Amino acid sequence: MSRPLLELTNVSTHFHSPAGRVRAVDGVSVSLEAGQTLGLVGESGSGKSVLARTIMGLLPSYAEIPKGGAITFDGQNLLTMDRKARRAISGPGIGMIFQDPMTSLNPVMKIGQQVYEGMRHHFGTSKATGRQRAIELLTEVGIPQPDVRVDQYPHQLSGGMRQRVAIAIALACEPKLLIADEPTTALDVTVQSGILDLLQREQRDRGMTLILITHDLGVVAGRCDKVAVMYAGGIVETGSTRSLFARTRMRYTQALLDSIPRLDRPPHERLKSIGGRPPNLITPPPGCRFAPRCAFADAQCEAAMPPMQADEADPAHSFACWHPRDPEQVTEEVA
Amino acid sequence: MADPTTNRPLHPARPTLSRFRRMRPTTGKSGQFGIAFWLPLAWLFLISFTAIFAPWIGIQDPDSLDFVNLQTPPNDAHLLGTDHLGRDVLARVVYGARVSLVVGFCAPVVGMLLGLPIGMIAGYFGGRIDGFIVGSIDTFLAVPGLVLLLLFSLIFGGSLLVVTVSLGLLFIPIFSRISRAATLSFKSSEFILAARTIGANDFNILVRELLPNVVLPVLAFGLVAVASAIVVEGALSFLGLSVPAPHPSWGGMIAGGREHLEESPHISVFPAIVMFLTVLSFNLVGDTLRSRFADVREAAI
Amino acid sequence: MRYLLKRVRRLVVVIFAVTLFTFLLVNVLPGDVAYDIAGQDASEEEVQAIRADLGLDRPVMVRYAEWLGDFVQGDWGRSFRTDEPVVDAILSRFPVSLELMLVAQVFALILAVPFGILAAYRAGRTVDRTIATAGFMSLSVPSFMAAILLILVVSLNLGWLPTSEYEPLSAGLWANLRAFILPALAIAMAEWVVLMRVLRADMIGVLQQDYISLARAKGLPVCHVILRHALKPASFSMITVLGLQIGNLVGGSIIIESIFALPGVGRLLINAIYARDFIVVQGVVVFIAFAYVLVNFIVDLLYAVLDPRIRTERADG
Repeated sequence: MSRPLLELTNVSTHFHSPAGRVRAVDGVSVSLEAGQTLGLVGESGSGKSVLARTIMGLLPSYAEIPKGGAITFDGQNLLTMDRKARRAISGPGIGMIFQDPMTSLNPVMKIGQQVYEGMRHHFGTSKATGRQRAIELLTEVGIPQPDVRVDQYPHQLSGGMRQRVAIAIALACEPKLLIADEPTTALDVTVQSGILDLLQREQRDRGMTLILITHDLGVVAGRCDKVAVMYAGGIVETGSTRSLFARTRMRYTQALLDSIPRLDRPPHERLKSIGGRPPNLITPPPGCRFAPRCAFADAQCEAAMPPMQADEADPAHSFACWHPRDPEQVTEEVA
Repeated sequence: MADPTTNRPLHPARPTLSRFRRMRPTTGKSGQFGIAFWLPLAWLFLISFTAIFAPWIGIQDPDSLDFVNLQTPPNDAHLLGTDHLGRDVLARVVYGARVSLVVGFCAPVVGMLLGLPIGMIAGYFGGRIDGFIVGSIDTFLAVPGLVLLLLFSLIFGGSLLVVTVSLGLLFIPIFSRISRAATLSFKSSEFILAARTIGANDFNILVRELLPNVVLPVLAFGLVAVASAIVVEGALSFLGLSVPAPHPSWGGMIAGGREHLEESPHISVFPAIVMFLTVLSFNLVGDTLRSRFADVREAAI
Repeated sequence: MRYLLKRVRRLVVVIFAVTLFTFLLVNVLPGDVAYDIAGQDASEEEVQAIRADLGLDRPVMVRYAEWLGDFVQGDWGRSFRTDEPVVDAILSRFPVSLELMLVAQVFALILAVPFGILAAYRAGRTVDRTIATAGFMSLSVPSFMAAILLILVVSLNLGWLPTSEYEPLSAGLWANLRAFILPALAIAMAEWVVLMRVLRADMIGVLQQDYISLARAKGLPVCHVILRHALKPASFSMITVLGLQIGNLVGGSIIIESIFALPGVGRLLINAIYARDFIVVQGVVVFIAFAYVLVNFIVDLLYAVLDPRIRTERADG
């Protein structure tokens, strides 16, 4: 085991609002080794996008990162470095892909320029070379007629094609870490797997580290080495994908798994949805945040927040639950 | 999802963080009215009070000539000095306020009385009626306001009534646009639908249901309109095309001092300061009220 | 193409409506020109003779049709006072108004763009509120007041830029330009605030867009992100407003032109009004309306050049 490429220790992100302090991300710790793929899973509003933006340094001005946390990337703490040094990491260090390619590409700038301007800034690439590299990258991400597309504007491309362009943009500076924030949520179902396959291939070919953010545990299953499940701003269960699926401990993770349609279940069986709503993040309940929606909750769950504890069989697998599920009990979930 | 504070739908393709955006502290718009509201309001009361009660609070006769004291700088006898005919500048500023305030308040009222129904009819009936009204307004706007005013003053001569009415006509487009936008935004609301289902006719819906909702944003724009009416009246009287000559008006006083700017700048500067403060006050008070009470913005038009 | 035709049709309708409106206004209402021309001492017969001579005794619509026919052919009539053809009078003065308006808009933009960007970037902070307050104050200074104050402070007290006579461009660029500096500043005083507010509002919206986050995620410096990524999409509304203002200014600089003795269209109009020279007034009003509509038309086309989305939409449609 080498030193992790990215290590988050007790990272929080709060938003100031007239109603009070919104704890969008609350004490997250997770680490990721070079070349690994981490699946960050949670419902919308669980704080996964905010966490991505916190790592990326893209928070709005009304956000605050409380002291005491650290984001260590390649040995440097991203939260304490000066702006210029931090900017030098965005691009060649960490790249990002956003959820909606309809809004994440600049509508009034040619695609080629959007792809190569990062290279120009970081490596001083000339315009001509940059354009050439942009065409190569567009070819690589599977855009037909890249030499034509390079001079077009985003609105002339379909959603799936735009997301491929967004991937090309992120790859342009050869980042060590790529954060893909729900890269397929806004796309047609038919092109979703194409995008995910492309990401996976690029990750393997380049030996890149990847954080794949999604609300769909099914997406994570075949593609990630490691999974972290987020709920209400905190990580509630994390471990290797294999262990997490095979030995699901946290009740929330189980509820998420139950809501995925599966082929091995009887047809026409009603899918389970998780009742209730995520808690208010301005004044979160003192205990386990999932307790109000959990069928197994008791007085202890409502009184105190469960600490992260390691799974008996796999110390890398940890979870926060007072009444964890017994992994030996049911075996049908084994992937 | 609609933003509950404005009733307007959010941008359809909303950026990831938009759900936090409405939590952004809206500085200056929440909480109590600040000093930028009360101070201007106090000034407006002071100006109105002195203008109305001028003869009874020791303001001198604005037309009495004092040939001994021509262009004297401010002194005990003439707090703001005298002009080139020896008239008291303070008195003329106070009496000039009467013209500015009368035109300033009445012209927007004229524009509102005409523009509001026009805009509501356009917004409510839509279709060809709307197309015709919007087209007419666009045409009307093709002639700059000041040019129209000059035309009117050329044809009808300069008088308080002509200035007020023709300035009022210039406010029709903006008031009808605001009321049209407001009407459009309320037209498909459920309370309108409810009124329709219980058999209310168009007139009843327009007057009973829509008017109370439309009048608020229109009124909120009113004070800002007052400020611009005062500015335009000032421009007209500066050109000598508003109230006839010996009658004091701010624009006329500023114009009158032009010849003596070098030796006696106070003749132009004092009315300019008073006019500036008054216009600024209307703008500040109007803007505060508008951002407070109106959710139909000009931007939505 | 169809779009273009639609705009041209609109242009024609507006011009037609404006000419009809001004013609009726000037011709039907009291204060018959014949009395003006004949002078106060003229007898009723003399007035009638002039009326017949000018064709004023015929029905208004006939006269309008005739006038419109001449107008389309470029004959806008002659001044009652100077006998100068109206078209020549306008065209010889138009360059002055145009230059004044362009210099004024340049000043307005120089103020509006940096302050608008700064206010948007620091929205809700002290800088933003300071700029907003300064804007309010600036907006509350009518242009004629700004002109007087500028003359008083800049020319008289400081002794810079003594108010100078207008010099044609042939007298040298600086000699020509210096006469425009104070008048243009007086106009820009209020105009920049409007531009700044529009830019600020749009810029705040653009800065929250994902593509700005993406640009920042590339590690680009803030100024690069704002100038290269945000400014263009944020300036569309500002350009529309700029166009509207240019259109308005053709007529709106009347006071400024007369204060600074600039021989432009506005001064021509005000002098014609003082002289009750109806033919000239009519010509200038129609010209101003035409310029306004035409500028709007051009701004609309410019939009298409700036925004690639509209460009293809229109090419496709």
